[in-house]
Amino acid sequence: MPIELPVHERMYSGHLACPGCGAAIAMRFLLKGLGEKAILSIPACCWSIIGGPFPYTALQVPVLHTAFETGGAVASGIRAALDARGDTETQVVTWAGDGGTFDIGLQSLSGAADRNENILYVCYDNEAYMNTGVQSSGATPTGAWTTTTPTGSPKPTRKKDIMQIMAAHRIPYAATASIAYPEDMVRKVQKAVSLPGTKFLHVYAPCPTGWKVPSEISVKLARLAVQTRIFPLYEVEDGVRYTINLEPVGYLVDEYYRLQGRFKHLTREALDRIQAQVDENWERLKALARIG
Amino acid sequence: MRRVLEGSHAVSHAVELARVKVISAYPITPQTHIVERLAELVADGVLDARFIRVESEHSAMAAVIGAASAGARSFTASSSHGLALMHEMLHWAAGARLPVVMAEVNRAMGPGWNIWADQTDSLSQRDTGWMQLYCEDVQEVLDTILMAYKLAERVSLPAMVVMDAFFLSHTYEPVEVPEQDEVDAFLPAWEPTEILDPADPHAFNQLASPEYYMEFRYKIQQAMEEALRAHDEIDAEFGRRFGRSYGAVRRIPCREGELAPLALVTTGSVTGTARVAQAALREKGTDVDVVKLKLFRPFPHEEVREVLGPYERVAVLDRNISFGAGGIFASEIRAALAGLDRRPRVYPFVAGLGGRDITPQTIESVVTRALGDEPPSDILWEGLKL
Ligand SMILES: Cc1ncc(C[n+]2csc(CCOP(=O)(O)OP(=O)(O)O)c2C)c(N)n1
Ligand code: SF4
Repeated sequence: MPIELPVHERMYSGHLACPGCGAAIAMRFLLKGLGEKAILSIPACCWSIIGGPFPYTALQVPVLHTAFETGGAVASGIRAALDARGDTETQVVTWAGDGGTFDIGLQSLSGAADRNENILYVCYDNEAYMNTGVQSSGATPTGAWTTTTPTGSPKPTRKKDIMQIMAAHRIPYAATASIAYPEDMVRKVQKAVSLPGTKFLHVYAPCPTGWKVPSEISVKLARLAVQTRIFPLYEVEDGVRYTINLEPVGYLVDEYYRLQGRFKHLTREALDRIQAQVDENWERLKALARIG
Repeated sequence: MRRVLEGSHAVSHAVELARVKVISAYPITPQTHIVERLAELVADGVLDARFIRVESEHSAMAAVIGAASAGARSFTASSSHGLALMHEMLHWAAGARLPVVMAEVNRAMGPGWNIWADQTDSLSQRDTGWMQLYCEDVQEVLDTILMAYKLAERVSLPAMVVMDAFFLSHTYEPVEVPEQDEVDAFLPAWEPTEILDPADPHAFNQLASPEYYMEFRYKIQQAMEEALRAHDEIDAEFGRRFGRSYGAVRRIPCREGELAPLALVTTGSVTGTARVAQAALREKGTDVDVVKLKLFRPFPHEEVREVLGPYERVAVLDRNISFGAGGIFASEIRAALAGLDRRPRVYPFVAGLGGRDITPQTIESVVTRALGDEPPSDILWEGLKL
């Protein structure tokens, strides 16, 4: 369902992201989807830097930078204070990386979701701890090189299924989004803002630096991740009603993997195993969508 | 109004009287009664505040940091392991200059598990930029919560009101509870100048390069120095309004107008025991002045020098230990006295760890030792069973 992208920009030029940074593009779309009244809380991640050092800021919304594992809790506190002051309109948003979400911040995110705090939690997923120099996170995909999963022993386990984890909290709304599909992402932000309770957005945001790819192919990679079914676009309402938003072309995963330096050590067998995992995940998602 | 209150409930009452807007806490013995009562007060609509029941102490502190950043007077309470888990966020609260107030119930750290009184937990947090106020009795706890908000909001730093596990938290005492309008006059609503506001967007707590960081720290130190003066003023104002004041350092002389041969420095509820021991010792012909230290951060160096400097001997009773160094109050007091030309001999006693009773007999023994021939070593253990 195509929508008009709002023309307003709430990011100044001069932010500090690397060229082609998916996380910077993702922020732009988030701010397009958010209304006038929003407050961001940003736990430690690349965006702690991208936003600019004191006394500058690249964002035209108030931002509270905070400790790595506090995304869910700090937003809850801001929400409580606004409510106490009678401001129920301002949307409180946590903007965190995958490490701050899947790993160290999972506890406080789970706490916030358990209380069904009226907040929007957005995880921009670049599949590793980029801010500290590309170490493996719970979001790092099978077989990937990172500095803590070197090519001699790449990430052996699967990417943690954060959407299932969030759905299991039975929050009103969880959705995946991608920088390659801005209309879809902005619509999801707008939908999330319109709903009370805890909303979770999982945004695919390639990182040219950490993925060892040229900066101009970030968006292409994000699109391929969707079209290979590696990162499908879908929504989950109340933890149970699944809707797939886009039917992927269904390219083989090779199309995506062979473009990236972080996967160049993968053997044919490894790629076949990954293809099997992706197919299995997709079938499972389709089954969930059928029930929903 | 005079009421008999449990120490914990005195805290909850003070939080209610302070018209706190956001409370977030996680349970730990012996802090639980404080937050249970607050949860009730909020649920019953007696206290118009939000209660965020978080999943950990780390998140409790993070939540009150968020709330204070958005302009709400905020409160939490913790103890021991909970406080230790908060450690990272304690730095954030102070670094962000947020006037959060926390009741901290002193309890020993494990292992072995021990839920009883011991100050090592709060003293381990001394370098986080939090003000720390140690209380003697339940009345002082209630009064200090109110003063702590005023102080914290005046100097833009967080404050910890510290009370002993069980000796204070679970003890019922008659307490003068001030009227709401009197408290409102003493502690008006907090009017923060810099908050998260979509109409006036700013970034808070972002990257501070070497070019700026040191000046931020300098300003925190300046605020601490200002807090010394502010504490005295606020304490005096509280005295004028409510008839009770405590001071940062208070000398409790054995005989009015005379200096005893020994000053015994105490903190927390031990001061009450020391008052009793002081009277008993006097009967037996031994004079000792008690010096109660309430303010630990900022440390009242000058006042400590003024009060303790004239003594021949000073004994410090520490219910805490910094391993490899000794009692923490003693080492700070020795540091404060170091600059004096003629300084007292300091006897640093460690006693009552993990809730072991400090009785009038313990205090008599400490006094006798400090007045005897024993050399004032770097650490003197009292009541050790070996
Ligand atoms: C308690 C704590 N541990 C470690 C760090 C160091 N640290 C800062 S950012 C970061 C990685 C962030 O990774 P992610 O959340 O994936 O965001 P990205 O950097 O990829 O944008 C780490 C490990 C920290 N700030 N706090
Ligand atoms: S390291 Fe990656 S995520 Fe971080 S700023 Fe650079 S491109 Fe963006």
